[in-house]
Amino acid sequence: MTTERIIGNSVPRKEGRDKVTGRSQYVDDMVLPNMLFGATVRSQIPRGRIKGITYGPGIAWEEFVIVSAKDIPGKNCIALIGDDQPCLASELVNHPEEPILLLAHPDRHVLYKAVESVAIEYDPSPAIFTIEESERRSEVIWGEDNVFKTCLIEKGELEGVWGKADYIVEGEYSTGAQEQLYIENNGMIAVFDAAQGVTVWGSLQCPYYIHKALMALCNLPAEKVRVVQMETGGAFGGKEEYPSMIAGHAALLAMKSGRPVKIIYDRLEDMAATTKRHPSRTRHRTAVSRDGKILGGEIDFTIDGGAYLTLSPVVLSRGVIHAGGPYYWPSVRIRGKAVATNAPPHGAFRGFGAPQSLFAMERHMNRIAQAAGLSPVEIRRRNFLQPGQATTTEQVVRESINLGRLLDRALEVSDYHSKKQRFANSNHNGSTRKGMGIAVFLHGAGFTGSGERYLSSVVGVEGCADGSVRVRVSSTEFGQGTKTVLSQIAAEALGLPYENVCIAQPDTLEVPNSGPTVASRTVMVVGKLVQSAALGIAQTLISSNLLRERYSADEFRIACKNYVAEHGQFISWSRYEAPDGIFWDDQKYRGEAYATFAWAIYIAEVSVDLATYGVSVDDFVALQEVGKVLHPLLARGQIIGGVAQGIGFSLYEKVVWQNGRMQNGQMTNYIMPTSSDLPPIRVFFEELGNVYGAYGAKGIGELPMDGPAPAIINAVEDALGVRFDFVPLLPEDIMDALEKDGLQKDPIAASSARNTVGSAGGVR
Amino acid sequence: MSDSSEGPLKAEISFTVNGGPKRVRVYPMERLLDVLRLNLKLTGTKEGCGEGECGSCSVLMDGALVNSCLVPVLQAAGTSIVTIEGLAAGEKLHVLQEAFLACGGAQCGICTPGMILASFHLLNRKPQPTTEEIREGLSGNLCRCTGYSQILESVTEAAFRTTKAPA
Repeated sequence: MTTERIIGNSVPRKEGRDKVTGRSQYVDDMVLPNMLFGATVRSQIPRGRIKGITYGPGIAWEEFVIVSAKDIPGKNCIALIGDDQPCLASELVNHPEEPILLLAHPDRHVLYKAVESVAIEYDPSPAIFTIEESERRSEVIWGEDNVFKTCLIEKGELEGVWGKADYIVEGEYSTGAQEQLYIENNGMIAVFDAAQGVTVWGSLQCPYYIHKALMALCNLPAEKVRVVQMETGGAFGGKEEYPSMIAGHAALLAMKSGRPVKIIYDRLEDMAATTKRHPSRTRHRTAVSRDGKILGGEIDFTIDGGAYLTLSPVVLSRGVIHAGGPYYWPSVRIRGKAVATNAPPHGAFRGFGAPQSLFAMERHMNRIAQAAGLSPVEIRRRNFLQPGQATTTEQVVRESINLGRLLDRALEVSDYHSKKQRFANSNHNGSTRKGMGIAVFLHGAGFTGSGERYLSSVVGVEGCADGSVRVRVSSTEFGQGTKTVLSQIAAEALGLPYENVCIAQPDTLEVPNSGPTVASRTVMVVGKLVQSAALGIAQTLISSNLLRERYSADEFRIACKNYVAEHGQFISWSRYEAPDGIFWDDQKYRGEAYATFAWAIYIAEVSVDLATYGVSVDDFVALQEVGKVLHPLLARGQIIGGVAQGIGFSLYEKVVWQNGRMQNGQMTNYIMPTSSDLPPIRVFFEELGNVYGAYGAKGIGELPMDGPAPAIINAVEDALGVRFDFVPLLPEDIMDALEKDGLQKDPIAASSARNTVGSAGGVR
Repeated sequence: MSDSSEGPLKAEISFTVNGGPKRVRVYPMERLLDVLRLNLKLTGTKEGCGEGECGSCSVLMDGALVNSCLVPVLQAAGTSIVTIEGLAAGEKLHVLQEAFLACGGAQCGICTPGMILASFHLLNRKPQPTTEEIREGLSGNLCRCTGYSQILESVTEAAFRTTKAPA
């Protein structure tokens, strides 16, 4: 066996060479003979009944393949958690951009005009577009009450705490929709023949989600549906559920035409029609003691799910479980609610509900600090969860996390105290105001609650005929380094050089269902299964007397070759089993919500320009405990990239809505950070080690999305002395706030007045 | 649209691509991006937005960095184009490609070809750029994965390796 460890080293990424040479094959790079191009005719109104469809003049309609809901061989739905979302609307439309008809033609240039030439006549109904409108129920657009899901977390006796409180602090916080903005737009290619069934190749995260959706839609058995992931140009959750829709559309056109069909969205269609981060509203009411300890509180967390159920129930779950932050709550009541509106369904986006509820928690901590007369640092320090204490779901913290020590280190590396002092002294002069902001947070790794148990993921590790090792998982690579890290784990487990391990392209014919590539679960959960499946290969070879307990890479290769020559295909499978002592109650939202949490302290330094009201982030410290870092380069890349998206979420990325339709669906007017907008993002890891994940790893991918928004808005508050409780925070918002109250000349002095008004509960 | 008397006429266009002469018969207003990808099968050049914002389709045209989604192929007639496929010498990677691999400059890879060409263009003008100059020089190329830091480090590393290399 090799003595040098592979884990912890930044080995070359498996598909790196193809990516830097332009050889990687993304779906739009694939061309099949005789292929048609597909396009989607979508609803122009948010809600109503389809009265008629007219195919306008000037188009050679006989050249087109046209698919409507009537052509669907199976069930007209995108099977996911529920089956309420149609693949093609037939009578009713419930949001703008809802698919109604599909067109295909050999010349993609004629499609755009054809789509424009289909006139759909509607009988419109009143529509609702906000959480508040949905709650009023003047129009019921989903179920009996517009509510997709509610959930309730209750811990301790809340009723007694209000009387004991020295301060009762209230606040309301909101976050906007955010577009994932992967640079590769969505796309799929489908082929169909009666013998083989349907095959799709595409840009996607979750091959088996699509597999399930196509079986129901096309009325085909499992063995007649094949899903292959092409190289995927970014996803961030945005290619978790919506690709099932596009795969369904391509499959329907392929079934009707008998030819391969490619559907590639352009940027405008991708932005307008596909999912975004759920807009949210969070209300806090907290009982606090004189010394700044949280005694208890109520949290109401509500998200706008758009027109169909899709993933909203699980986004809600993650949101409510993270709503209390990394703090100890002796008693708490957290209510969660996902409501329907007539917008395209909101969906998965890195963080999955947690960035929304943690923004509220971490803004609210600053408000509690003000009420208690403590600093933002001190209020957090006094309320940190400690090992042995229980979270809001009564999950006991078993690991030896010391948030106070992490906080000390983050304060030191960010030079927090001296900068804060310096800014306080200099902020009265000049045309900029500077501030420092902190956010402390946690992120649960893997599926929530019983999720992993239900998924029951399987992975395979194969000993190949040439003696090499091949990992078979449905986990997908879309930038994070899945192929690299899972290969590292298999190589480490077998004591083989990294180069001797390869990984199968996710193809449902070749790989088992290892669960979706979401929820920061790949390295921790799937990686652990890869580790045990890999060990199974070695054990089989040893127990077959083909290999000694200690072996060289050459000996392994020969043993593996011999085994395959004698027995044929050689795959070791491993299936997920829940660790002992893990308990979760889906009804009461109580128990072990996650196998483990990652912990983080983020500190932002900002400047606000008083002439332009622009905010720039000047320095950003991201310190986190994520268990063992298996690949430092990739891990750091995940953190920096997530922080960058978080900065976009905070200060740049605003979806402008009108009647449920995104108005700024272009990169020209939906603004994400460029290289000149971002600060140095300084990444620090603490490695506690985690007995649960592969080689001690926890989840990492989503964590960095949670902290930037509250850290930055807390820093803006520090700079201006003015409270903002929403993101994105744009220059015009700052201008409105400063100019409306005549605060511009002396924002600091005016801010204290504002704070008093703002804390509705006041000081008792 | 078929190539008939009713539609626009296709034209013969000649240019140099990655050092070799190419002749294509295309509609003059077709996007250079499509001609590279579809006619010449050079699919390393990517489309991100189709409106010149993201830079994924960046190529070099007579040494200038252009968004190939905004260039009608007519305009490329007679020019010399370099795409990502033209950067490596056979299997020997260009120093920028090596540096992007070593420093984590590529994650999902979709912006990478354009980003590497933009970096190539930058280093041609400024062989030893400061971090601020790299930030400015690459600000027309969007990356959603990396937050840019490891791209900036890749370019700095490539500049360093270039000067260190024996003449």
